[in-house]
Amino acid sequence: MNMIKDHIVKLLEKDMREDGRKLTEYRKEITIEYGVSPKSAEGSARVRIGKTEVVAGVKLDAGTPFPDTPDQGVMMVNAELLPLSNPNFESGPPSIDSIELSRVVDRGIRECHMIDTHKLCIKEGEKVWMIFIDIYPINDDGNLFDAASLAALAALKDARMPKFNEETGKVDYSERTKEPLPLSYEPIEVTVLKIKDKLIVDPSVDEWNSLDARLTVATLKDGKICALQKGGGAALTSEDVDNMVELAIEKGKELRKLL
Amino acid sequence: MSNLLIKDRDIVVPGEVLAEGMDYLPSGGAFREGEKIIASQLGLVYLANRVIKLIPLTGKYTPKRGDTIIGRIVEMTFSNWFVDIGCSNDGVLSLREVPEYVEKGADLSTYYGFNEYIVAKIYKVTRGSIDLSMKGPGLRKLGTGKLVKVVSSKVPRIIGKEGSMIKMIKDATDCRITVGQNGIVWIQGEPEDEFLAAETIKLVERKAHTEGLTDEISKFLETKTKGRKKKPTTDDKGEE
Amino acid sequence: MAYKRLDGRKNDELRPMEAKTGVVPSADGSAMFKIGKTIAIAVVHGPRELHPKFLQNPEKGVLRCNYNMMAFSGSGDRVRPGPNRRSKEISYVTEKALLPVLDLSKYPNAVIDVYVELLQTDAGTRCAGITAAAMALADAGIPMKDLVSAVACGVIDGTVVADVDKAEEDYEGGMGDIPLAFLPRNGEVSLLQLDGVITKDDLNKAIEIGRKASEKIYELQKKALKERFEREEK
Repeated sequence: MNMIKDHIVKLLEKDMREDGRKLTEYRKEITIEYGVSPKSAEGSARVRIGKTEVVAGVKLDAGTPFPDTPDQGVMMVNAELLPLSNPNFESGPPSIDSIELSRVVDRGIRECHMIDTHKLCIKEGEKVWMIFIDIYPINDDGNLFDAASLAALAALKDARMPKFNEETGKVDYSERTKEPLPLSYEPIEVTVLKIKDKLIVDPSVDEWNSLDARLTVATLKDGKICALQKGGGAALTSEDVDNMVELAIEKGKELRKLL
Repeated sequence: MSNLLIKDRDIVVPGEVLAEGMDYLPSGGAFREGEKIIASQLGLVYLANRVIKLIPLTGKYTPKRGDTIIGRIVEMTFSNWFVDIGCSNDGVLSLREVPEYVEKGADLSTYYGFNEYIVAKIYKVTRGSIDLSMKGPGLRKLGTGKLVKVVSSKVPRIIGKEGSMIKMIKDATDCRITVGQNGIVWIQGEPEDEFLAAETIKLVERKAHTEGLTDEISKFLETKTKGRKKKPTTDDKGEE
Repeated sequence: MAYKRLDGRKNDELRPMEAKTGVVPSADGSAMFKIGKTIAIAVVHGPRELHPKFLQNPEKGVLRCNYNMMAFSGSGDRVRPGPNRRSKEISYVTEKALLPVLDLSKYPNAVIDVYVELLQTDAGTRCAGITAAAMALADAGIPMKDLVSAVACGVIDGTVVADVDKAEEDYEGGMGDIPLAFLPRNGEVSLLQLDGVITKDDLNKAIEIGRKASEKIYELQKKALKERFEREEK
């Protein structure tokens, strides 16, 4: 018997949660702060959802394009579940949880072509802009996925291009232009948890640890979906999927207003 | 001549000089260095005549023999359970220290499983090892309930004089409540009641050092339970 | 002509500072320390049982420090994530800077984990990390004989200055960079390193200026530690 999960389930059966929220309700205090590392990073942001805090930073560099996309910039997302943020996270090489988080945030940004990589070409086949997005949780009080993707998005919006020095072929970090990144769509990721037969959003750590299944859904302004990731040991019915996506679209609209 | 550098109920940090001269005596959380008495912990000053003591405001529980604690089963071997009791080392519960008869070679998890919570007593503390026992009144495996964590130094306030504070909370909320000396509190009742009991306990923790706290909590509970239908009281009121 | 500081500060003047404790609620202790544009966050988990068991010390608890720069926190290029030789050495000297004030005898077989993360850097990062870590340890209720207050001093063109920033670190004529940590009550030194060429006199001067400067840092640490609880008590 896992007492904590039992208690969560007992409450869910009455459509209640540990902290008094409704099942499909995010925590009230959600904030986005831009430019939290303005000297070092070309773009940065901090997202707080309740006591959960995640920071993300964008670094830009000039590098060689991939051979199959010689006229396109390169984007990379890296998330690290810092032991700082949760006493149960361990030091060492990136865990599968860190890798999954990186990949899910990456997918949301990449698949909807949020960044117009064609505009990031400096010299075809030789030099393109490389965008590195690094994400770090500072305090894990649940729902790192949604917080991380929101932080990544905000950091990208905050970013300003540095100067590229044609002579040296290198980036001059001492000078930043007013030029933002070529961004278009804004994917909002919402993770829906299934515990027994109940669906919830914005989980606490205990709820996250008690999940049977989860589905992260990245949605666009027009209600289209651009990335999915199903997790957890239980399977979902197509009705579940439909309900979870529906919920994610609805909640995505609420989160979008915060940007 | 001795010189007191702080007042009663001041908050002090480690390394802070509290008094100079030999007239004062350091107690918990303070030490003497030559003529000086120095804080060794972040804490609230408690002055009793010439004794200077600090009440920790933060930090993990320090295990003491005789304490009743709440812990979570985290590991087991052929003959022991290991229990996370929120301090620097896991507690050890030997199969000889449980009320059930456990046959040799039995699967210990059938008695107390991973992630189950128990109420146990600390019967021995030696260097780096804490021995627990489940033999005694009120010691048991906990059923489904809500857990609240508080700083262990505030536990006496949550229990109150002769259990007065916790009794007041139990009566007002109709919950069964068990308070572990290690700062883990278990609450069982209707969800709204559990919620109120937890909220009240956190309030006591936050205001532990203010005066007239009992009255304040009593009023708080009164406003919160106003208009609620009082359920018939049961015989089982829980225990500390 | 004597060296004039690039940002107009007096030789013993620190950059503006900010300190706050309890910034990471899920930890046993935590603190943020900002000096100029350098921002360090330190967290303490523990004391807790040390796993695997063969690492345990039955005599006393183990202190483990981990210094890390976030990938975007450097000046210029992105820092490759994960430990490197520099971060490992800094973790190591951070441990040694903090050990003199800790009494770990109460915690046999246990570990106190200290994690330091740099959100933004403008020189003096190991010192900012140590200052934040000392606050986080106190915030975690760990018994300590004193706090630790750290500051990086520099010798530029024969002038000794406190709290060097990145522009000074990159000074064309070269400089001596001396990170220092002090135990505030008796003024003892628990971190001392030097990069550069200086005279013995300059070193003594640097320690003297550093000690004076660290007193201001100490006052801020004390204030930050008390503030959180004074707010809560009221």
